[in-house]
Amino acid sequence: MIEGYAVPDFISDFWHYYIAAITAAGILFSLWLLKSQSVVKPLAPGESAELMHPVWDGDLQELNSPLPRWWMWMFYLLILFSIVYLVLFPGMGKFQGVLGWSSASQWQAEKTRVDAEFDKVFQPFANMDLMAVAADPTAKKMGEHLFLTYCSQCHGSSGQGGSGFPNLTDNQWLMGGTPDDIKRTLENGIIGEMPGGLAGDEQGAKEVANYVLALGGKQHDASLAAAGKDKFAACAGCHGEDGTGMTAAGFPNIVDDVWQYGGSEAAIIESIVKGRKGGMPAQLELLGENKLHLLAAYVWGLGGGQQPVAEPVAEMMEAPVDEMPVDEMPATVAQ
Amino acid sequence: MEATYNYKVVRQFAIMTIVWGIVGMLVGVLIAAQLIWPDLTKDLGPLAPYLSYGRLRPLHTNAVIFAFGGSALFATSLYVVQRTCQTRVLSDGLASFVFWGWQLVILLAAISLPMGFTSSKEYAELEWPIDILIAVIWVSYGVLFFGTIMKRKTQHIYVANWFFGAYIVTIALLHIVNSAELPVTLTKSYSAYAGVHDAMVQWWYGHNAVGFFLTTAFLGMMYYFIPKQAGRPIFSYRLSIVHFWALNFIYMWAGPHHLMYTALPDWAQSLGMVFSLMLIAPSWGGMMNGIMTLSGAWHKLRTDPILKFLITAMSFYGMSTFEGPMMSVKTVNALSHYTEWTVGHVHSGALGWVAMISIGSLYHLIPRLFGREEMYSVKLINTHFWMSTIGVVLYIVALWIAGVAQGLMWRATNSDGTLTYSFAQSVNAMYPFYTIRLIGGALFFAGMLLMAYNVWKTIAAGKAVNDARIPQAVAA
Repeated sequence: MIEGYAVPDFISDFWHYYIAAITAAGILFSLWLLKSQSVVKPLAPGESAELMHPVWDGDLQELNSPLPRWWMWMFYLLILFSIVYLVLFPGMGKFQGVLGWSSASQWQAEKTRVDAEFDKVFQPFANMDLMAVAADPTAKKMGEHLFLTYCSQCHGSSGQGGSGFPNLTDNQWLMGGTPDDIKRTLENGIIGEMPGGLAGDEQGAKEVANYVLALGGKQHDASLAAAGKDKFAACAGCHGEDGTGMTAAGFPNIVDDVWQYGGSEAAIIESIVKGRKGGMPAQLELLGENKLHLLAAYVWGLGGGQQPVAEPVAEMMEAPVDEMPVDEMPATVAQ
Repeated sequence: MEATYNYKVVRQFAIMTIVWGIVGMLVGVLIAAQLIWPDLTKDLGPLAPYLSYGRLRPLHTNAVIFAFGGSALFATSLYVVQRTCQTRVLSDGLASFVFWGWQLVILLAAISLPMGFTSSKEYAELEWPIDILIAVIWVSYGVLFFGTIMKRKTQHIYVANWFFGAYIVTIALLHIVNSAELPVTLTKSYSAYAGVHDAMVQWWYGHNAVGFFLTTAFLGMMYYFIPKQAGRPIFSYRLSIVHFWALNFIYMWAGPHHLMYTALPDWAQSLGMVFSLMLIAPSWGGMMNGIMTLSGAWHKLRTDPILKFLITAMSFYGMSTFEGPMMSVKTVNALSHYTEWTVGHVHSGALGWVAMISIGSLYHLIPRLFGREEMYSVKLINTHFWMSTIGVVLYIVALWIAGVAQGLMWRATNSDGTLTYSFAQSVNAMYPFYTIRLIGGALFFAGMLLMAYNVWKTIAAGKAVNDARIPQAVAA
């Protein structure tokens, strides 16, 4: 029994015997049926099949032709195949089959083999600096393959993003754009949530939206914006009084030109009214350290990567998070 | 009154078969186009949500299977059971109830599915109030059919009626068990089963819907209309016994092949696979009994396009019942599952077998229901035959290539073990095949329009037959 697959298929032996018995009975029934109807012997040359007597609807009748022999033998062979297969492979209740095969162990064996084989390919880059990895053409190629497989569904095949999914090629980052920031985001994933309804009704949302547009120096309705100023207090807790957000916590800047859910008045109103629920799954457990390293370097190298920051404040914030076990992470980072 | 057959209910269902065939296939053509142009219906304003792919796809499957296929089966089974039992249906009122009830079900499906109400079970999407209605009508249909058999004037039960009978009993069982659900509101319910059990019950239902609704019942159609149209006795009584019992018995086990390499236990997957393989034999038994019935009358294929429809349908039946078991082999399934190949396989059965045998049978039936010697134009039947055949072939060949390409792209790996193609690239590779599929499907759909015209002209020149006399002399 493989770890993680410890749930038994049968809660009691009764079901094991039940399945095995009806399977065997089913195959025997097929055999008996075939045998019982093979009594009509093949026709001799020139002999024609017996025309049976009942007549329906004026002219419908049946011949009593013998079973075509090739068909009969094909049926026997298929039955034989079933018996052999059920001796070799699982099928008769909990009997594992003489080969001892199971889909879980086949998968496990394949995964172990593949991991061992390809980890050798990824390993040389695992201890290199992320920016050096990003500059390596081989690593870049592998990073691209990984990105297309695991990331492109949301972020697009060239990382350009889309509505609701951040662009990874510009230098605007919700969770930080240094190599370590990006790697940490990949490892732990993101939950990016904003509650809806904080500005009251639809009118309130319209006012706040115009205030947000005003903050960013964009076209807006001045009287609506003025009315929205006080209501914006509910937003300032995360996005800041000036709307520049807080990168370390993943709170977006809402006065620049980068919008995850659209920057039109209508889109902003929708965000305020309904709230937003974004998220990226954590990848470390899925991909493992070596692949993740290549992927982080690739994303950093897509064009928006920022130089590592030497400020002690930033390091103080980052270092403990890296060393902390996943289950002790702050709720905003670990799921 | 007692001395005539009830042709009214047969006529009603026969006409609605053509109407629903056109509607269901039109929706199919639309969603095939949406796969090529996903934005096709996006700009239709308030209509757009109702025409989105996710809502139209179940509408298409329900319309072609239960509205088109179902109406064809009601029409032919009620015609065949009367004529081969030499008796009128058990009750005209019940027959009427079954017809109008079934139309109500279809109407409710056509409204509720585009509105997004769904139980999310494939081929069983309709919500619980409609499920109950279906169960009531189906049981009434069973009473009507078996009641007619009970009062038959012939001694033996004709082979076509075995198949219709098996299908009626089994569909009642499948529908009621799989639709066990807990209603929450009028339009929402949750399945009575959870997790892998729910999946297994669903595919026990799903595959037997194919096995009994789309196979056994249409074999019943074959057993009447092929010997009638060919004017030849059925090839082998023995063969019909073996393949009838083996088919019904073995089909019941095949459901797990829809759940290969999932959380379903290995033993269940294996049983699904071995019984699916054994199914080749009874399936081909049916095909042979249909095709070999023509021995001694092969020349008729040259001149009779109705026979062409019927015999081509048997060929597609044989082909897809070989393909299906092959796809249930675990290693083949690892490649074919979740690809377009499956969709192609379904359509070689649904268009090539189910639709073509129905079309052929209707061309035999319609003139008899409206007092004509034959259809308005035999030439148009021939044109329809070629449109359908070329349409199906284009459709399935395109999706074979598409499916195998898809499966190979998904499993291709680079020298570093990463996947060679992203999912989007495999979608992109589908465009040419989707286009050929659309052309094939549109051709098949256009054939149905031609049929509607031909039927219209036949009816216009004829008169509804309500006095088809039941012969009093009963054959032994």
